[in-house]
Amino acid sequence: MIAERWLNLAVLAGLLGVAVWARIADQPFTITLTTRAVILALAAVGLNIALGLGGLVSLGHAVFFGLGGYAMGILAFHVQTYTPLEIGPISIAGSTSMPVIWLTAIALSSLAALGIGLLSLRTSGAYFIMITLAFGQMFYYFAISWNRYGGEDGLSIYVRNGFPGLNTLIPFQFFGICFALLCLVLLIGDRLARSPFGLALNAARQVPVRVETVGLSPFRLKLVAFVISGAVTGLAGALFADLNRFVSPTMFSWQLSGELIVLVILGGVGRLIGPVVGAVLFVALEHLLGGLTDHWHVFLGLILLVIVLFARGGIVGLLSRRRLGDG
Amino acid sequence: MSLLDLSALTAAYGVSQALFGVDLSVGEGEVVALMGRNGMGKTTTVKAICRMIPSQGGLSFDGQDLHRLSSHRAARLGIGLVPEGRRCFGDLTVRENLVVAARPGPWDLAAATRLFPRLGERMAQRAASLSGGEQQMLVIGRALMTNPRLLILDEATEGLAPIIRQEIWAAIRRLKSETGMAILLIDKSVRELASVCDRAVILQRGSTVWAGPMGEMTSDISERYVGV
Repeated sequence: MIAERWLNLAVLAGLLGVAVWARIADQPFTITLTTRAVILALAAVGLNIALGLGGLVSLGHAVFFGLGGYAMGILAFHVQTYTPLEIGPISIAGSTSMPVIWLTAIALSSLAALGIGLLSLRTSGAYFIMITLAFGQMFYYFAISWNRYGGEDGLSIYVRNGFPGLNTLIPFQFFGICFALLCLVLLIGDRLARSPFGLALNAARQVPVRVETVGLSPFRLKLVAFVISGAVTGLAGALFADLNRFVSPTMFSWQLSGELIVLVILGGVGRLIGPVVGAVLFVALEHLLGGLTDHWHVFLGLILLVIVLFARGGIVGLLSRRRLGDG
Repeated sequence: MSLLDLSALTAAYGVSQALFGVDLSVGEGEVVALMGRNGMGKTTTVKAICRMIPSQGGLSFDGQDLHRLSSHRAARLGIGLVPEGRRCFGDLTVRENLVVAARPGPWDLAAATRLFPRLGERMAQRAASLSGGEQQMLVIGRALMTNPRLLILDEATEGLAPIIRQEIWAAIRRLKSETGMAILLIDKSVRELASVCDRAVILQRGSTVWAGPMGEMTSDISERYVGV
């Protein structure tokens, strides 16, 4: 049993260590794999704000991941094809600058989360899960039929977008950007969980009626959490698209929403570093077992089963001293 | 004009009507007992005041119609509730429970721990690990931290050890003498109510059947309506 703070630092140091080792040993593929884990971790950290802090089981977080992806795809596509992007009377050239793309991704996914949240947070339990799933499917089928941007085939972007002062085509430098963003978001997430807002959200998850009697609106608390959560997952989507230099409707698929939930549960719901541990395990299994058999999800399922049955706090819960109760 | 005013208030749980006409008022700084046998509508009245269930009739606080407000807005006007069955936020520490909904005013962490020194000793402890009496103190402290103008205590001493009950009654007396806060009390102990409260309102089958100064409540009345 170790203090959770040290566990958090160890996991991050481990991720950085693998990337540095791969850079020294000249293993670009390992760096890319690590980057993939970092980006999926970021998406799951986003989901964990809604799921872990707010108790919102969203089966539609792929919406935000996909929006982030398409924000990158569409902006870069217009630069790549030298066609202006026309939104009503405004005509812009698109962008290949990562910060611009990130801000667009965050803005779009926050807006979507606000709209989806306003409607779906009026329900709870199974209905909430179903409504978020329905929104996910709407975006998925919209993307499939959006032929302007590749429809079912998706969009390929030939050159990775740029970041001032860095060469993003070098795997280690792109890893560095993603890793720094993950650390930044984790830091913000930690502050958020300890802030009065985070405490109130935690309380609203446990006993919503009591939160109202002390003058706080559970609906608003959950809505704000849902928007922040969507924004983070949207940012991850933009990075994921840049990693693959490709976006497709599968980024909107409900399987992806489900995978994000799996990452959070594997690592530990409501634990700061839980989603990161989940994502690392997921990518490692996908790579190690995926090389042996196409049916590697069977093993993932078994591990998930064991964790849900015997380690409700996920892997972090097993290793950490801190216990989370149900209130 | 009173701080809290209920006139001919009715309320129903779905099709079954629970309140048929409750008249009740609490003035600034007044301590009022809400009495009646089990199932006569005391907790339902409290739920209606806190806007946790829909109701009809007159319901105003500080001159504002509470029927226009949602539950959390009613609380923000200055109604602090210590609900029946004390549920604190078990996952949060004592300190976090207290500060989570704190609003500016004389009640802060220092004041709350002066009232309940036991809480001060357990600031970093998770609320779920407290004893029942300590949890009750925490829930009262949490309500006070919102700096309410009216504090409603629904069965705050129920199911607690006699010594803890005495501590809570002592705290209620201190609230009355030192702060002049308006308090609406529901409790099983008529003796304690009689010693603390200025006035009493008695409910029977969802209606007010008696209201008046505590001193005027004869044993005849209390036997007939409260059973004691």
